[in-house]
Amino acid sequence: MRRRDFVGLTGLAAGACFLPNFPSLGGTPVDPARLLEGIDPALKKRLADAALNAAKSAGASYADVRIGRYLNQSIFTREKQVQNIVSGESFGAGVRVLANGTWGFAATNTVTEASLAKAAQLAVAIAKANAKVQKEQVKLAPQKGFGEVSWKTPIQQNAFEVPVAQKVELLLAANAKATDNGAAFVNSALFQINEQKYFASTDGSYIDQDVHRIWPTFSVTAIDRASGKFRTRDALNAPMGLGYEYLTPKAADKVAGPAGSGVVGYRNSYDMLEDAALAAKQVKEKLTAKSVTPGKYDLVLDPNHLGLTIHESVGHPLELDRVLGYEANYAGTSFATLEWKAKQIPYGSKLVNIVADKLQPGSLGAVGYDDEGVKTKQWDLIREGMLVNYEKIRDQAHIVNQAESDGCCYADSWNSVQFQRMPNVSLQPGPAKHSVDEMIKGVDKGIYIAGRGSYSIDQQRYNFQFGGQVFYAIEKGRITGMLEDVAYQANTQEFWNSCAAICDQSDYRLFGSFFDGKGQPSQVSAVSHGSSTTRFNGVNVINTARKIG
Amino acid sequence: MAILSKDEAQALLKKVLSYSTADECEVSLNGRTTGNIRYARNSVSTAGAADSVSLAVESRFGKRSGVATCNEFDEATLRRCVQRAEEIARLAPESPEYVPLLGPQTYLSPPSAATTLLTAATRAQAAADSMNLCAAKKLTAAGFIDGGARFQAMRNSKGLEAYQQSTNTDFSVTVRTADGRGSGYAIADVTDPAKLNTKVLTQRAADKALGSVNAKAIEPGKYTVILEPAALMDGGDLSLLGGLVYGLDARSADEGRSFLSKKGGGNRKGEKLFDERVSIYSDPLNAEVPGNAFDNDGLPTKRMNWVEKGVVKNLYYSRFWAEKNKVAPTPFPSGFIMTGGTQSTAELIKGTAKGILVTRLWYIREVDPQTLLYTGLTRDGTFYIENGAIKFPIKNLRFNESPIIMLNNVEAMGRPQRLAGCLIPPLKIRDFTFTSLSDAI
Repeated sequence: MRRRDFVGLTGLAAGACFLPNFPSLGGTPVDPARLLEGIDPALKKRLADAALNAAKSAGASYADVRIGRYLNQSIFTREKQVQNIVSGESFGAGVRVLANGTWGFAATNTVTEASLAKAAQLAVAIAKANAKVQKEQVKLAPQKGFGEVSWKTPIQQNAFEVPVAQKVELLLAANAKATDNGAAFVNSALFQINEQKYFASTDGSYIDQDVHRIWPTFSVTAIDRASGKFRTRDALNAPMGLGYEYLTPKAADKVAGPAGSGVVGYRNSYDMLEDAALAAKQVKEKLTAKSVTPGKYDLVLDPNHLGLTIHESVGHPLELDRVLGYEANYAGTSFATLEWKAKQIPYGSKLVNIVADKLQPGSLGAVGYDDEGVKTKQWDLIREGMLVNYEKIRDQAHIVNQAESDGCCYADSWNSVQFQRMPNVSLQPGPAKHSVDEMIKGVDKGIYIAGRGSYSIDQQRYNFQFGGQVFYAIEKGRITGMLEDVAYQANTQEFWNSCAAICDQSDYRLFGSFFDGKGQPSQVSAVSHGSSTTRFNGVNVINTARKIG
Repeated sequence: MAILSKDEAQALLKKVLSYSTADECEVSLNGRTTGNIRYARNSVSTAGAADSVSLAVESRFGKRSGVATCNEFDEATLRRCVQRAEEIARLAPESPEYVPLLGPQTYLSPPSAATTLLTAATRAQAAADSMNLCAAKKLTAAGFIDGGARFQAMRNSKGLEAYQQSTNTDFSVTVRTADGRGSGYAIADVTDPAKLNTKVLTQRAADKALGSVNAKAIEPGKYTVILEPAALMDGGDLSLLGGLVYGLDARSADEGRSFLSKKGGGNRKGEKLFDERVSIYSDPLNAEVPGNAFDNDGLPTKRMNWVEKGVVKNLYYSRFWAEKNKVAPTPFPSGFIMTGGTQSTAELIKGTAKGILVTRLWYIREVDPQTLLYTGLTRDGTFYIENGAIKFPIKNLRFNESPIIMLNNVEAMGRPQRLAGCLIPPLKIRDFTFTSLSDAI
């Protein structure tokens, strides 16, 4: 999928792009009833063995095959009407081989033993063609085979089994809440993903996994026709690795923002109607909110905002492929090189403890095994402000003198080659009891920010600029009103070293990125970032208002 | 069977259409055959190939419609696919935005397809040419070659028949010095892969990498800049110019939520929003950037003026929004052409007393849709110009700027070059706003 398709899918305000047709998420639309049919693992094993045997016969020293059925359903509505319902299925197989020390890959949507064998032979031919111009031989960290195993996202209700009419009803009810509360426009959507993927390798693994993710979201718009001014406010929830149970709100999952803000955060269930009503009220307030005075402020960042800052300034720079230069032509490299790490320069203040985690329940990145057959785990990236480790896959471990992969390998489809992707990366909550209201009380001149707004960071992850959805002025320990035109600019190391306080576990929530792009050809992945509300001192805030005549 | 001929595709579509019992039915085929190679650290990292064809069936009963697809082509599967589309259509709510299917259309024949494509071996050689050049200079290359052919065919119960084939190959390369203190970039896309010369492009990136070592910091602020085409259009609609041209949408403007919304209501079509030297159009028959013959609705593409002498001449109207506003629908273009001058980038530099040459902009995101304010950073070759020559490399900078303001501050325009399926000139712009420095190289 091209980048502008992501924008079409995710830019729900729809103000700045042509949307003649919504594309499917890389799949093809089908009758939803077919989505529930399973594929016999015994058949998949037979197909996989055909590919593995053909690869070995053709001269591969290692091979893996992924037979995948990738289901997606996306429902788009605006105000009182359904804009589009896309049920997509993409079924096929990809074969990756190592021959003459070089990777080769080929994929086919004709899933037969003969076709898989042919794909394996093509992959070996590609590997051998490339080996002739290869200078650096691929070295794989050893991996034991697990035999025949399976894993499933622990969901309570499969979203694909919920009737489309029920989902449409929920989105239209959320739209009504928004317009009843004064929004001029509202666009809402529900994205659901189910990856039924079977992995087999010459190491002796046959891994059957059933992975589910869900993202309900919306954007409301308020307009002042007389002045021509308009503002938007997007949903303040997160995409999750959960089933449809996420959309049954539970009081225990609601987390109140600081007094005076009216902001509500959500944990493992989401009250879409409540958020839509609140969004409409807040977006009207944004039309008349005070424009920020640029300068240094202490920032108090809600988890639903901070997650993206963690993603961009910690998650990406610690991807070892970027560190080593494999992404230099597109996503970029990293300031956090092996030489930088060796200098023992603090990444952040001593309060900063950041973990990578492929196990966390409810997270977007949770799987049993990655897409090269490695069992998943949790590990430390930053301990008391110091960088201690990176995010790796099998062909990178030896470069940092490590014996095993971290299980970070992922492909977004059967026809994409798997490569290193970000695990869930989360800031650990503060160990001592500390509420958001207590945190606000201690701030003399600051801004409280919630929600994901505009975001941009350089290709080595030094300089970033972030906006948000709602901004509130903090003056002498209390919230005094809404602000607009706010964006903060900082340097990654200065920013994390200015981390002054972190709320406790009771405030901890996940943020999520559903369509994180990386690689050439570009692939998407989904990843979560947990944190509690956190304070950063003395951050540079700019005013983004302009006049265009 | 990734690329079907016109006759093969239409025969298949005709058969599928004959299974329909719906009031209206439209069927389409999409197929592609592609291959890629990726390299980094002067060594191949991944490579792949993929073939695919899929059929989509849209069935309509009154204002209800349903879509189903399949990627197998035996008769039983094809019949099931039509049945599924009809089942979904019967269950779907009526669409208030229903527009009848188009009848027969007349299409242009853009010269969009080359006859010879790259193979695994020729891709590997093209990558080797790039890597070897860098290795010999103790530089490090990371690049990507991706290309192939695709076809699209449509047919419907109202008599529409459409078919087109196209080929495209994309190449980009980032060259870095061994110590990581210099970085340069080059990018190209071609219809005919025979026209791709990875050596020449890599040399350009290598020169920028070597030239950008020992970059000096300058104070952020407003500067005259020369933006090369890659700084304007690399990234499609996530680019400084792409955000503007792909955002020329009538509906969002009429609804009051676009930079093209008029105070008090309506849109700004017909208003002069930019410098009079700014003209942007689309033309499927352009020999350098041939476009599609039809868009996803089956509307025939044609030459369209979007901005003429600074005036917004056309906005994109979907078939529904066009009917509601009693105007003709706008075919969605596959690329844009911005007119420019005759000067090369080097000649633009010669005519500049003080300024900054920008090779590429990166991580561009919209900050404010109201003013189309964008932020992002320079990357892979940023140089200070003084008295008509490049004086020294400078550290990268973050910008916060609106393309609307930018296109009112035009100083000069160079010769348009192909990029991302568009023709874009290098632009010399005054008072371009940089807001902070970056240590990134």
